[in-house]
Amino acid sequence: MADTLPANTNAPDPAAPQSGTKRRPNAPLWIGFLLSVFAFLSYIPIFAKYPVTRDMPWANFLIFALGLIFLFLGLRRAFVQPTLYRGKIAGPILATLSVAALVFFCFTIFSLGKHLPLSTQAPKVGQKAPEFALADTNGGIISLATLLSTPAASHPTKGVLLVFYRGYW
Amino acid sequence: MQDFEKLGVKPVAISVDSPSESQDLCRKAGYTYTFLSDPNTEVIRRYDLLHKGAGVKGHDIARPAEFLIDSSGTIRWINLTDDLRVRARPDKMLQAASTLASQ
Repeated sequence: MADTLPANTNAPDPAAPQSGTKRRPNAPLWIGFLLSVFAFLSYIPIFAKYPVTRDMPWANFLIFALGLIFLFLGLRRAFVQPTLYRGKIAGPILATLSVAALVFFCFTIFSLGKHLPLSTQAPKVGQKAPEFALADTNGGIISLATLLSTPAASHPTKGVLLVFYRGYW
Repeated sequence: MQDFEKLGVKPVAISVDSPSESQDLCRKAGYTYTFLSDPNTEVIRRYDLLHKGAGVKGHDIARPAEFLIDSSGTIRWINLTDDLRVRARPDKMLQAASTLASQ
């Protein structure tokens, strides 16, 4: 709603919006925030697909940096020129959210980026597969020898495909 | 997976998950093949696939890998994934398995 104060008040409060002068929306704040959000969300669907941007997500860090620069510019406008620009409340909130997104991003990358072990001692093609005997889901103990010797669904077993997976799904 | 069974190759999955955790997974996903538990990573280490501290709570788990073993117990094909996000393409696995089946 428009201000109802008379236009020619004697002692105008510089922090309050002057009647008749609408404060401009602070675009850099919102651009900065949106860039930070994009930097956070774009890793998995976009940048994680290319090895060059996956192992060290410099592209995401660059976008975060750009976002933070815009946020800084927006905050400066809001606090140094409060009569011209809005954002003294929204600004700090958006900036905090963006920094939080960056920190969370760094933690996520650290845990996702644990490099796989080399497995140089893994058995090679042509070697005998190491024997094992482990519990199955029915409470029985199954060995490699058993798997290879018992027929599967009335066909003699030609082989076993051992699939090691991460677990903890 | 039924393609493997048709070729006479038994798919067998191994992880650190307990039998009950694997059972849940099988039920939810509808898997019918054998799931084995290696909670102490004994067999995982025997195959040199230990990925220390990479599990959800910092537990040791296996890095993803597939081994095709023939009826004499010899390894015929290996796939050690370089990337957690890339799985062995089923067609490559089937190709390896069908060479076994034709023997």
